[in-house]
Amino acid sequence: MSEEANQSSGQVKQFLYVNRRAPHGSNYAQEGLEVALIGAAFEQDVVMAYVDDGVFQLKSQQDTSDIGTKNFGATYGALGDYDVQTIYVEKESLEMRGLTEDDLMPLVYEDEDDDWEEKPMINIVSACQLAEIIDQSDVVLNF
Amino acid sequence: MMLHTVNKSPFEKDSLKSCLRLSKEKSSILMIEDGVYGAIRGASTERSVAEAAKTRSIYALGPDLKARGIDLEKLVDGITVVDYDGFVKLAVESSKVQSWM
Repeated sequence: MSEEANQSSGQVKQFLYVNRRAPHGSNYAQEGLEVALIGAAFEQDVVMAYVDDGVFQLKSQQDTSDIGTKNFGATYGALGDYDVQTIYVEKESLEMRGLTEDDLMPLVYEDEDDDWEEKPMINIVSACQLAEIIDQSDVVLNF
Repeated sequence: MMLHTVNKSPFEKDSLKSCLRLSKEKSSILMIEDGVYGAIRGASTERSVAEAAKTRSIYALGPDLKARGIDLEKLVDGITVVDYDGFVKLAVESSKVQSWM
């Protein structure tokens, strides 16, 4: 991370976290989420992107009680509390996996500029749009 | 009878594809861990899994489906859901186990 990215320099950069792994087969998903939340806690501008098997992280109704691992699904609900407002999900990745937006968790944030109204965080975007978003981000981190 | 287990997502690795190609008819294939993503109806993998289910017995582990939020009503036709006891039973009944990792 460059020195300019540090909050003390007074500059806020946009951090894009690109999540490409399924949630329970490895630690990538949970660690990526935790790192993003830490970045957001330090008041960086955090945007999340979910592509490839990463889209499975946002699947609703996940319940790990029978496989004996931590159910970190609820942590995605905390993104909004850390002022993360935008989640991009690639449409092509969803379609290949037989999923639609209705299969995903209904994540929201409270818009302080609009009387704290709850607004949806998830934006379904095409590969082409996501390429543009990645290109425009100051810092891109992959998990 | 041989039991094949697949524990990787078919969208990330070739494990399921290779298993379907290299398993004989009448063998059993059990999807576990991220392998259960191969059981989703409507996914790009549906056709090959449904085709294989005509000649092989295909199973998916229930606790792994539940962990991933995969609706049991939205599985590829022909897939049987088993619990841990079912997994053990399949392993015991099988002469060999091949793990496609």
